Amino acid sequence: MSGAVRVLAAPEASRANALHAGAWWLWALGLAVAASRTTNPLLLGLLVGVAGYVVAARRTDAPWARSYGAFVKLGLFVVALRVVFSLLLGSPIPGTYELFTLPEVPLPDWAQGVRIGGRVTAEQLVFALYDGAKLATLLICVGAANALANPARLLKSLPGALYEVGVAVVVAMTFAPNMVADVARLRTARRLRGRPTGGVRAVLQIGLPVLEGALERSIAVAASMDARGYGRTARVPAAVRRTTNVLTLGGLLGVCAGSYGLLAAEGAGYGLPLLGAGLVAAMAGLRLGGRRTVRTRYRPDRWGARAWLVAGSGVAVATLMIWANAYAPEALHPGVVPLEAPELPLWPAVSVLVGLVPAFVAPVPVSKENV
Amino acid sequence: MIRFENVSVRYEDDAEPTLRNVDLTVPEGELVLLVGPSGVGKSTLLGAVSGLVPHFTGGTLTGRVTVDGRDTRVHPPRELADLVGTVGQDPSAHFVTDTVEDELAYGMESLGLAPGVMRRRVEETLDLLGLAELRDRPIATLSGGQRQRVAIGSVLTPHPKVLVLDEPTSALDPSAAEDVLAVLQRLVHDLGTTVLLAEHRLERVVQYADQVLLLPEAVMGPPAEIMAVSPVHPPVVALGRVAGWDPLPLTVRDARRRAEALKERLEGRLAERDRAGRDPAGLLPDPAPSRDRGSAPDAGRAGNPAPPAFEARGSEGGAPGFGKWGSLHALGRRGRGGGFSLFRRRRPTPAPALTAPLVDVTNLAVRRARVEALRRIDLQVEAGETVALMGRNGAGKSTLLSTLVGMIEPTSGSVRVAGRAPHTTDPRDLIHQVGLVPQEPRDLLYADTVAAECAAADADAGAEPGTCRALVEELLPGIADDTHPRDLSEGQRLALALAVVLTGRPPLLLLDEPTRGLDYAAKARLVTRLRALAADGHAIVLATHDVELAAELAHRVVIVADGEVVADGPTAEVVVSSPAFSPQVAKILAPQPWLTVEQVEAAL
Repeated sequence: MSGAVRVLAAPEASRANALHAGAWWLWALGLAVAASRTTNPLLLGLLVGVAGYVVAARRTDAPWARSYGAFVKLGLFVVALRVVFSLLLGSPIPGTYELFTLPEVPLPDWAQGVRIGGRVTAEQLVFALYDGAKLATLLICVGAANALANPARLLKSLPGALYEVGVAVVVAMTFAPNMVADVARLRTARRLRGRPTGGVRAVLQIGLPVLEGALERSIAVAASMDARGYGRTARVPAAVRRTTNVLTLGGLLGVCAGSYGLLAAEGAGYGLPLLGAGLVAAMAGLRLGGRRTVRTRYRPDRWGARAWLVAGSGVAVATLMIWANAYAPEALHPGVVPLEAPELPLWPAVSVLVGLVPAFVAPVPVSKENV
Repeated sequence: MIRFENVSVRYEDDAEPTLRNVDLTVPEGELVLLVGPSGVGKSTLLGAVSGLVPHFTGGTLTGRVTVDGRDTRVHPPRELADLVGTVGQDPSAHFVTDTVEDELAYGMESLGLAPGVMRRRVEETLDLLGLAELRDRPIATLSGGQRQRVAIGSVLTPHPKVLVLDEPTSALDPSAAEDVLAVLQRLVHDLGTTVLLAEHRLERVVQYADQVLLLPEAVMGPPAEIMAVSPVHPPVVALGRVAGWDPLPLTVRDARRRAEALKERLEGRLAERDRAGRDPAGLLPDPAPSRDRGSAPDAGRAGNPAPPAFEARGSEGGAPGFGKWGSLHALGRRGRGGGFSLFRRRRPTPAPALTAPLVDVTNLAVRRARVEALRRIDLQVEAGETVALMGRNGAGKSTLLSTLVGMIEPTSGSVRVAGRAPHTTDPRDLIHQVGLVPQEPRDLLYADTVAAECAAADADAGAEPGTCRALVEELLPGIADDTHPRDLSEGQRLALALAVVLTGRPPLLLLDEPTRGLDYAAKARLVTRLRALAADGHAIVLATHDVELAAELAHRVVIVADGEVVADGPTAEVVVSSPAFSPQVAKILAPQPWLTVEQVEAAL
């Protein structure tokens, strides 16, 4: 028994067993889709809790892993903003419990339908809170993916045809710290010349050399990439090139329309098939496009059993929540008019907890072990 | 392997071609060293081999360059990528990915090698270059030497037949440079790679070369032959020429085996002078304007609480005959001024302390986040004294200099420059106390002409208009007013930055790695200038990896390791006692106290 547990327990993370970055994103997007399907603050809170727990259990100490906190703050800001707008601009939600009345700004006739100030009702505020919480949860789910998946590795798993975009982004990411270092160096130099380091003139005088330096560095990187074989291509027939373009463009359009349908309240019916078809077409296009490049990949992240489990748990949460909309719509959208206290529905809550699977199956970052 | 047939390269707006009618053949498996003064087209020649010249840089190439039979005219760099590996001057501009392992694989990925092959070669290369510990590290966290090795490794993995390196050791401390060169030698020996490298610091590389190619004449031959005629040569060769050895020795070891006779002669001179007392009038060189230190500065110096020379490393500086050494040392360095006062400092002094030292650092500590960059630093520098800060990359040399100009606030302890705390002094006042020439002198220059730069410097320093221009004229004669600072060579740019800094007339001058990218001629000019400044009473502190520079210039050497001072004492003692920091002449003539060829030449 204990032997089996030892085999099944999550191993220490290393390059060889690194979880595919795409698996983290699928998991997080699954949670996000689930969040978009409910306004029940208790369920949303549970989703945030699940995402937070997994992040706490599995994030590394890499720079991008620190972004989770920023996303949580952004989420809280969104909630606050939503409530403030509702207070100031009013809301179409009819309400009976009037809390207070703000002085209303008189507006001309042509601005009919717009209101600034005026009556504030409890229903309206609760609705704004629910709505804000939903958006915040979506953001936090994206933040979780950001914190858990190495962006460089994610780009590396892009299909061959998109490889160049990936390189551009990675190079840009390494540029930012260099530019920061440049600014610091040039500020030092200004001080050495006995000039103040603040003010508009300083910014101009520092900005120009920084840009110049960045330009020079990019030329040097380009030369280095060229000398190391970047951009070697294989020849492909024109027909293949054209098919590639049609497939890719059509597929991307399908993906856009499909995801809109899936996230919007109405249209879940055509959303899924459209998304699927779009994805298939886009994949085929990218695959064909990949024929032009001769490059191979060094140690790509493998999509193993653990990646299936992680991605699957996200998809499961999304599917179960969509299904819950069919069997318990009231519990997922607690009434605002008239006001009702939200309840925690048992089965949807249990299905959200499925999202905790990665906290047990994903490889454990080494630094966590040492702490 | 590499053939140049009547190759000339001319860049668009240049009147003269950078390379002219070069004919040469580099056989397979040779390590060829490219030497020559700055600006003779070393980088251009290297670029022509990898195809970056003219495909990437522009310009016109006439004639034919073939590498392993492939003509670079029809093969752009990417088509040569499997054949030629190129590492430029700045390794950090070379990296495309973010971790060591991915960087090593990048070139192979571009070439489309099979995953199994890539995996095997990455493992091999990690071992070959000693990078296995670093495989998962982000490149941004590596030290200079490690980066250079990663850059070399990243072009090695596709197994190129030719490796092209532009100044691979210039930015490295002596031991990191040795690591890199050991790797190159291993490649040549074990894999038969043809290596073509350009380097200014010949003392580090010339012994590894199979052939030396001298530009602009484009003659190639065995190192000893070329070194006999080359205008640029390491100290060991200069000493060989002075002593008239034939064939010329290229390594310290060869030279030491021949040095018996020379040492005897020098021993005789030393003894002669010992008998003659301590005034060897006319016998010793006088490269710097000799300065008669009046009694006042001497009194100040004598009374200063500078720590006596100490050696924290455990090795004894000059154990045998220390007393004699001390006096010999003082004699040998009399002409450079300051040397004798170091000696004098140790004697009981009649005059009490009157003035504080110009730089007075006591118990300084600097922390950045959790890293202790400096700990318990004590340092005093007098007016007229030149101090060399040495130590490996990242030891804290630059941090110490930054503290002295007030860029970094001390976490504890005190820093006083001319009696003031630099970090609380207004920058406008501070430039009259202390001037720093940063590692990249270009950072100091903003304007687009030399004249505008000088006018700005005068305005910044509140000096008479024309002060800076006069200094430029002195340091850099004949430079036109409308020259763009970017068009200056490294050495000229350094001189311009120096002039800008000196406009404020600071009594303390700091230089960070001043000889990076300088050829021997530019370095010699810099040495002359700095000696003159020291003779004028400027205190100079320079952070450097260049042991030869320290030997020629510094009165005192301070070795910093891990943020602490581990040795502080007269140059001759500190430098000779540690092999990594010892100049070639000292290694050859040990245990005699000679440091530079100049001293030996004058003594003979």
